[in-house]
Amino acid sequence: MKMADLSTITSAFQEIKNRAESHWRALYDSGKPVIMVGTATCGRAAGALEVLKAIRGELKRQNLNCPVIEVGCMGHCYAEPVVIISKPGYPSICYGHINPVITERLVKEFILGDNPCFEFVLGALEENDLVPSFSDFPRAKYEKRVILKNCGHIDPTEIDHYIAKGGYSALVKALQMQPEQIIEEVKRSGLRGRGGAGFPTGQKWEVCRRAVGEPKYVICNGDEGDPGAFMDRAILESDPHSVIEGMIIAGYAIGARYGYIYIRAEYPLAVERVQVALRQARKLNLLGNHILGGDFNFDIRLFQGSGAFVCGEATALVACIEGKPGIPRPRPPRMATRGLFAKPTAVNNVKTLAFVPQIINNGTDCFAGTGTEQSKGTAVFALAGKVVNTGLVEVPMGTTLRQIIFDVGSGIPGGKRFKAVQIGGPSGGCLPEAALDLPIDFDSLTNAGAMMGSGGMVVLDEDDCMVEIARYFLEFTQRESCGKCTFCRLGTKQMLEILNDITQGRGKIDDIGMLSQLAEDVKAGSLCGLGQSAPNPVLTTLRYFRDEYEAHIKEGRCPALMCQDLVAYYIVPEKCERSCDACVGTCTVEAISANKKRIKVVDQEKCVKCGTCLDACPPQYNAVVKLSPPSEVPGSE
Amino acid sequence: MNKKVSTTEEQVKIRQETKQIFKRFGKKRGNLMPILQKVQGKLGYLPQEAMLEIADFLEIPGIDVYSVITFYNQFRLNPPGRHSIRVCLGTACHMKGGYITLDAWKRRLDIDRGETTPDREFDLDSVACVGCCVMAPVTVVDGKPQGKVEPTKVDGLLLAFEHEQEKKSKNENG
Repeated sequence: MKMADLSTITSAFQEIKNRAESHWRALYDSGKPVIMVGTATCGRAAGALEVLKAIRGELKRQNLNCPVIEVGCMGHCYAEPVVIISKPGYPSICYGHINPVITERLVKEFILGDNPCFEFVLGALEENDLVPSFSDFPRAKYEKRVILKNCGHIDPTEIDHYIAKGGYSALVKALQMQPEQIIEEVKRSGLRGRGGAGFPTGQKWEVCRRAVGEPKYVICNGDEGDPGAFMDRAILESDPHSVIEGMIIAGYAIGARYGYIYIRAEYPLAVERVQVALRQARKLNLLGNHILGGDFNFDIRLFQGSGAFVCGEATALVACIEGKPGIPRPRPPRMATRGLFAKPTAVNNVKTLAFVPQIINNGTDCFAGTGTEQSKGTAVFALAGKVVNTGLVEVPMGTTLRQIIFDVGSGIPGGKRFKAVQIGGPSGGCLPEAALDLPIDFDSLTNAGAMMGSGGMVVLDEDDCMVEIARYFLEFTQRESCGKCTFCRLGTKQMLEILNDITQGRGKIDDIGMLSQLAEDVKAGSLCGLGQSAPNPVLTTLRYFRDEYEAHIKEGRCPALMCQDLVAYYIVPEKCERSCDACVGTCTVEAISANKKRIKVVDQEKCVKCGTCLDACPPQYNAVVKLSPPSEVPGSE
Repeated sequence: MNKKVSTTEEQVKIRQETKQIFKRFGKKRGNLMPILQKVQGKLGYLPQEAMLEIADFLEIPGIDVYSVITFYNQFRLNPPGRHSIRVCLGTACHMKGGYITLDAWKRRLDIDRGETTPDREFDLDSVACVGCCVMAPVTVVDGKPQGKVEPTKVDGLLLAFEHEQEKKSKNENG
């Protein structure tokens, strides 16, 4: 690039940055408290929009004119909805489990008065002498926020917030480098694709840069189809510009003209926020022709998926953008040489792209300095299921499962016992307690039979049936198989039928052998990652929890009391309280009635096994029990 | 292609509204998905007349349009209900009883997954994962994710709709 261009770019950006910084400072310079409400999808599900409305209403009633801004997801999803209040003279305090009533108190007592309402405090953002801060949490010891650092702290619909926090400076730096230099930096950092397969990103870009064909494309794969994973959604909703900046740098490095952000249809809020972000970036000339006055042209379009898990596979995703059914094709030719519209294309995951500006800004050593020998940097996991602190966590590669689940996630709720952790969604596997001390990286997980996948981590406790979870994933992959490969189309179907039989009490002893055989065949006979990894949940549960399969088959018993056909609800007459009717009222199908002695009885014919009565029975009686096999119910045949 | 000439008011309207949407698009095959999404956004589903119009516009065989529509989960061939119920069956929701919630909706609405109630009031479907795993089990009601929806909450949500209906008819009657 010419020298004249360089000074144009830096001065153009300096102007943008100055404006952004004064915009950000103005928020705090007014001396008024600043209120932030987390309104990402998870917050909204918990009622964040009602809280937002209540705050605005209460401020208006009190004649207060404090800035209220919507931010994304901080990762403390267990405490949603969350509100952060930064009042001059106090540390920034984050409140959890907020509802409109608490909101009113916060406004009256903290914003108007000087009582920080300790009872609702989750933690302070910075260390102080008044309230405990997040850095005192046990999870702080393990967490290292690199790509999540802005999430929940800036308004994702304000590009100025991102720029004020140092955003787009990596792009300016990159535009002053040679594309080859950037690729070299990314290669040296050891960044591997965060979509699951872990392919070295720099290598992918290099092949794409050298490939012949114009125009070249960069695609951001936001088809986060793994049920149980939501980190890509959180990043797109909370910090969309970090992904856009990464894409522009990728485009510059490989010599691309266009980029596509592919977002799955189930994420409408992410689509909306990315659209806003793209518009703002274009307006500031960070996207489009002659970016920042230089000679690099690059624009990004948003493409909304339409609900197909297989589209997470790069060749299927490209087919989808081309307007065809998302059916994968054999590789080679690789995407990097022949991808979208038969042109060289780099397909990268949301997280991978979000790492790029960090690497350019902070240098490769900073990235390569964390993580393990073969897997550098940090990994983002979505912690869900039977764990106390559900949410998003970002930890260095090599952190153990035990640290993530028990230290970051604070263990299993309700005093239950840990049974397994499902990692990597339908392509991954279930790892037992014995694997808890495994340092997690791409390779260790593959060796254990699971897979990093996109990083979804669902914790299972003693009440979860391992046969049922294997069946669930197979039902999913079977339905989502595109049907191209025979083994994937028919093999998964056969495996599902066997698992259906087992969970419904019709299992035969040679089913286990047949399942393992079919699993190997489906793995070997499928073209894409979907089929090749679909048997993983079955193989890992067979490997670590074979006894549960045997209990289902031999005794018709579900040890976890989960498989509906193998359990029955029973009210123990000795424990049932005559004057209590809690279960009768809550039963959704009127299957419970009182007998002559006012003891409640479940009509097994009518019962749909929804478990509402078990929850309704007051703990001091604890009279409702689940029995398996159903023949355990006294008086049944 | 065999063009079905229709005279009914609804069909004419469908064709008109579909054509309106073409104004924003070029005749590229790559525009098929965005067009389908926009048409469904407008009509709520993808009727045969709309499919034929789209095939005509993009100059591709009707079967190609049909094959794309039936490949992806989001496209509907049936008219939607006034309220949409989407039960999340992602991993976390499943393990926390999402299938029991789905059963409860089916029982109460008396329809199966993918169907619409005869009065076109509700349509019921499942969704792979809406990414609110921490609120499991989740049901998305009219586009709004509702957390911790267990059978009793299903009844509660339906009751809220009934109340609204009553209020509305009361207002209309005076």
